[in-house]
Amino acid sequence: MTVPNTTAATITAPKRSRASVSPKPTLGRKIGAGMVRPKSIPLTVIMAILVVYSLLPLFWLFVGSTKTQSELLNSFGLWFSGPFSLFQNIGETLTYDNGVFVRWLLNTLLYVVVGAGGATFLALLGGYGLAKFTFPGKKAVFAVVLGAVAIPGTALAVPTFLMFSQMHLTNTPWAIILPSLISPFGLYLIWTYAQDAIPSELLEAARMDGAGEFRTFFTISWRLLTPGLITVLLFTLVATWNNYFLPLIMLSEPTWYPLTVGLNQWNQQAQTVGGQPIYNLVITGSLLTIIPIVVAFLFLQRYWQSGLAAGSVKA
Amino acid sequence: MNKKHSTLRRVATAVAGGVALTVALAACSSGGAAGSADSGSASDITAALQKKSSITVWAWAPAVKDIAKSFEKKYPNVTVKVVNAGTGNDQYIKLQNAIKAGSGGPDVAQIEYYALPQFALGDSLADLGKFGMSDLESKYTTGTWNSVNLNGKLAALPQDSGPMALFYNKTVFDKYGIAVPTTWDEYIAAAKTLHAADPNAYITNDTGDAGFTTSMIWQAGGQPYKTSSDGKKVTIDLQDAGAKKYADMWSQLVDGGLVSPISSWSDEWYKGLADGSIATLAIGAWMPGNLETGVEAASGSWRVAPLPTYEAGSAATAENGGSGDSVMAASTNKLVAAGFVKYMNAQEGTQISMDAGGFPSTTADLSSSKFLDAAPDYFGGQEINKVLAQASKDVVKGWSYLPFQVYSNSIFGDTVGQAYADKANLNEGLKAWQKSTASYGSEQGFTVTSK
Amino acid sequence: MSQAQPVARVRRTPHKAKLDWSGWKFVGPFMIVFAFVLIAPVVYSIYLSLFKEQLIGGNQFVGLANYAQAFTDPKLWDALGRVTLFLIVQVPIMLAISLAAALALDSARLYLSSFFRIAIFLPYAVPAVVATLMWGFMYGTQFGLVRNINDWLGTHLAPLSSNWVLVSVGNINTWEFIGYNMLLFYAALRVIPVDLYEAAELDGAGTFRVIRSIKLPALRPAIVIGVIFSIIGSFQLFNEPNILRSLAPNAISTYFTPNMYAYNLSFSGQQYNYSATIAIIVGVLTAVIAFIVQLTGSRKEA
Repeated sequence: MTVPNTTAATITAPKRSRASVSPKPTLGRKIGAGMVRPKSIPLTVIMAILVVYSLLPLFWLFVGSTKTQSELLNSFGLWFSGPFSLFQNIGETLTYDNGVFVRWLLNTLLYVVVGAGGATFLALLGGYGLAKFTFPGKKAVFAVVLGAVAIPGTALAVPTFLMFSQMHLTNTPWAIILPSLISPFGLYLIWTYAQDAIPSELLEAARMDGAGEFRTFFTISWRLLTPGLITVLLFTLVATWNNYFLPLIMLSEPTWYPLTVGLNQWNQQAQTVGGQPIYNLVITGSLLTIIPIVVAFLFLQRYWQSGLAAGSVKA
Repeated sequence: MNKKHSTLRRVATAVAGGVALTVALAACSSGGAAGSADSGSASDITAALQKKSSITVWAWAPAVKDIAKSFEKKYPNVTVKVVNAGTGNDQYIKLQNAIKAGSGGPDVAQIEYYALPQFALGDSLADLGKFGMSDLESKYTTGTWNSVNLNGKLAALPQDSGPMALFYNKTVFDKYGIAVPTTWDEYIAAAKTLHAADPNAYITNDTGDAGFTTSMIWQAGGQPYKTSSDGKKVTIDLQDAGAKKYADMWSQLVDGGLVSPISSWSDEWYKGLADGSIATLAIGAWMPGNLETGVEAASGSWRVAPLPTYEAGSAATAENGGSGDSVMAASTNKLVAAGFVKYMNAQEGTQISMDAGGFPSTTADLSSSKFLDAAPDYFGGQEINKVLAQASKDVVKGWSYLPFQVYSNSIFGDTVGQAYADKANLNEGLKAWQKSTASYGSEQGFTVTSK
Repeated sequence: MSQAQPVARVRRTPHKAKLDWSGWKFVGPFMIVFAFVLIAPVVYSIYLSLFKEQLIGGNQFVGLANYAQAFTDPKLWDALGRVTLFLIVQVPIMLAISLAAALALDSARLYLSSFFRIAIFLPYAVPAVVATLMWGFMYGTQFGLVRNINDWLGTHLAPLSSNWVLVSVGNINTWEFIGYNMLLFYAALRVIPVDLYEAAELDGAGTFRVIRSIKLPALRPAIVIGVIFSIIGSFQLFNEPNILRSLAPNAISTYFTPNMYAYNLSFSGQQYNYSATIAIIVGVLTAVIAFIVQLTGSRKEA
């Protein structure tokens, strides 16, 4: 497969694009020949409204985490009230019910590391294979994988559940991990990225030297795919971290719950005989659940931007 | 070529050996079948409790964990794992999944009375009568015993009960000079007075609740659900005299905008109970525990009164909520499971439940002076248990649920809920509910007579 | 001719002599897991849809009877109608806002653009459960934020009433995905070659002309992807309405969206066969529509 010579080139192509001219987004970046456009205050104000919209619920969440259960029920949602109880709430969240929240956190980490890590690995290998090799059945692979994206999760939920219960996989971590290993979007992304990022000449040269395909891949090819790899990793990370529906069905006991399902159970807890509403813990728990993902995205900004670029262009 | 053959043979031998070993092991391990016996006497149970074993219990009532600990102290060889697999319907879904899959379920499960027929129908529950528990009948109230004794089989032992009573906020009533209503007409009048005096306050909240509706029809004398003894034929009539009486009465409140549009058990509901904007609750006797832990701010304001009736001077109420505990038919350790259920609901466990705020189903506890003389501060020192114990005696007899009540309740919002949303007469909603429920029954192979 | 040594694959024959399976070494692992977690359940789903199991009566083969029932099922059509309405309204609004935001970011005329980028993207990192819980708390008309707004502005907003609940769900969904779509577009904008802008400037083109002639065409593939994923997401709508249901039990029915209908059929009604049928019908419908969009989108390209 030859590298298509398009004008909308990718990061590694020699054509100058603003992304290659200034790879790191900076304030007041220059365009092309170095001209700087004047900053617009009205535009900033309009965007600020969008930011307020985006951040409002999160601000509410933070404010809520600083309140005690009874204050939550009695005060205005968007401002602090009563004694500042953030650390108390965090402590209580982590120790409530014998520290089940920490257990849920560890479960989620397990699912994310194995699930997202595994998904990225499979997508990496698969996308590379699709991009750089011609093999019998390739068209079928495309059709089937793209078709899979359109299938609703619920179409799969019950049969997967029934299948897994025959194999005694339900209520185990495998019930969560196995389905999360498939990321059609990741496969697609790596495929498009690999087409341009890895020149076929490189592979030919390696073959001439007698290197096996896997050896070539693991020593040379995968490094060229790094931005795409990190993008897929981040998106599968978010997907597995936020996974809710499938664990809800597969798991009957809280031992293996991820954070999402656990928080929902805490929220339902108020609805029972002698039950205790613990909305303050639900809110604080939600806050703690969001933070790791946010941090991950902040640190790995560079990569996913260029990765997304390649993916969107090749559609 | 020789090499290949011998490798193949070696592999084949290994596989065959592995298979043989597995078969042998399986044959040996089936010796543990004693625990899954379907029957046993009290001495069988006691013997089983001395051996090392473990059981899993699915329950959401907070007291169960403490009961399990106490049980483990008494029988040190038994490990009881208590799991909160969800509240009510959420747990039933998981139970049904486990039953369908044939594995993954618990040994003991807490099941509300309205859901018991559904699980009993599928033969998913062990018959506790075969474990000698039928003679415990005298320990329990008639209402709860009838709820667990289905088609000649003892499906569960009652854990708690929930005869309905009227919980009201005395502070609010005093503020607006409202007398405690004894009939529903007085209740409606109180609703109007309250809402007129304070448009932010309501006599109660209601966005439609299947459990509440069926209990109220029960109190009005309705018997909308009848099941044949073989469990295959069902009659549904949600417009019988009792149902109509209730719907005509309650429609006045809903259509008149006199009930708060807050859903029960939401955070707004707890707030409303705390600040007095929801002034009464017609609900089961287990509510005090919830009020004490969830509505601390209103401590001292609430009181309990008998549920209003349709005729002045009469006393009638219905069960609202409440659960029993069953041993699952798929359990491989039924003797120990049965022993735990007996401990929890017929022995020391009952006191632990009561201490945690549960309302008992055992007659001895309901008539004990310790229970009746309790005067909690939350209720301003009122001897609430006297009112509630009387309520459990006034439960109207003759009620039964559908063998697919769990499903029927799940579509309540789709049907009767629309009447609430449209502020239409509740009878219309009940008709729609009946129609959907009946068609589901036919779909599932029941012979349904829908009147 | 000795075959002992492996020969270089490029032989004398001009046409394909041998099938090269080496690509499967890489695609294989993905496809194996794929077959297990996706293909097998789909096949099983199709199998289930041809049977009917009853509480009284057991399991029977019924052929296409379930499909026939589905085509005349008013609940299914109600649900499909609703998600289609949702699709037609919410997707354009969400994508338009994302597009505008991406263009604004790309124009380099914003103060603090990195902050904006991250802030608007943040909601994507929030799990649907948490997002719905948060908005659910805020939608409360008695004690939530909406109550405060109603008091201040004298309005009578009721986000959880039957008339407005779909909008409320749409709002949550929009909130969650604006950032993601914005970044999809922004990333595509960033790889537009600088030469095009230089040429445009020489021609004296203004901002809007540049947007129309350079940016939008370059965005076409990204927009097509955005639309396709949003369509799929709309048809599969489940998490948000399902969680919101406890707060609005009368406004959100058990068949509010096709996915909820299939879910409740299975898990509340134990009607697994009919549930599988519904899921297959909706899945096929989604695939067809997505495919059509794909075709229309790429056909117009040069």
